[in-house]
Amino acid sequence: MSQVLDVTGAVLVLLGSVLSLVAGIGLVRLPDLLTRMHAATKPQVLGLVLVTGGLALVLRDGSTTLLLGLVVVAQLLTIPVASHMVARASWRGGQVRHDLLDVDELTGSSTLQEDRGAP
Amino acid sequence: MSPEVRTTRRGRTRPARYRAVQWPMVLWLTLVWWVLWGSYSALSLVGGVLVAVAACWVFPLPPLRMRVRLHPVGLVVLVVRFAVDVVVASLQVARTTLFPPDPLRNSLVEVRLRTESDLVLTAVAELVSLVPGTVVVEAHRGSHTLFLHAIDTDAAGVEAVRSMVWAQEARVLAAVGREGVPPEPTR
Repeated sequence: MSQVLDVTGAVLVLLGSVLSLVAGIGLVRLPDLLTRMHAATKPQVLGLVLVTGGLALVLRDGSTTLLLGLVVVAQLLTIPVASHMVARASWRGGQVRHDLLDVDELTGSSTLQEDRGAP
Repeated sequence: MSPEVRTTRRGRTRPARYRAVQWPMVLWLTLVWWVLWGSYSALSLVGGVLVAVAACWVFPLPPLRMRVRLHPVGLVVLVVRFAVDVVVASLQVARTTLFPPDPLRNSLVEVRLRTESDLVLTAVAELVSLVPGTVVVEAHRGSHTLFLHAIDTDAAGVEAVRSMVWAQEARVLAAVGREGVPPEPTR
């Protein structure tokens, strides 16, 4: 039984590492900041979830599992906020490659003329 | 969404004060403290409560102006669907990363949510930036609009992104209750 858990955990850690590697490759290869934020958010989050899940299976300790769960929750809550802040800063700073956009409903959107209600 | 105001006895209005210490926040922070401490003793629990109250006092947050009534079935649907979507979205973005289509076309999509609730706007923004190939570029609170950058999406895929966000919103509403939903869906 413990062997099965060990092997499953190791496989999960490996898969998670591969996804994190893909995220890293994406940061280098993708053409502009907004597309890079995709690579930095999605495969990276699943990679981290898999690594922590694998660790929980290998370590099999209640308090460590809770801690790992906390890591995952914190990551799920903060990654969207972080990627949004970076994307917004790049947009407002004019660091966007418009030639990569097929549809652009943000530039000149009439919605932005309405009362914001917040910064 | 103007700040809540309160009229004083002399007839002047000023922003309503909110209580800095909100018990759900204290409960959550105490739990985090307890888990981080590692030893589940009464002493670390007391310490956690003290630290949580102090943190709420120093960094006050406005209260949610929405009555949340959790629906267990809706919540399970939301969580399970989210878990499946995270795997699918990660693999999709990983594929786009390793084998980028040539040319790689992206879109900026404007999605106006149907709900006038900050909580729903926040939840949908969080979920949507994790799940499909989208990143929130701008959020317009006054009109509850999200501007999403969708990777590998051309003009033909824009409507699919929009309906996907509305489906996500519907799942969030099914989980937290339909408080704050206008009777007629506004677009």
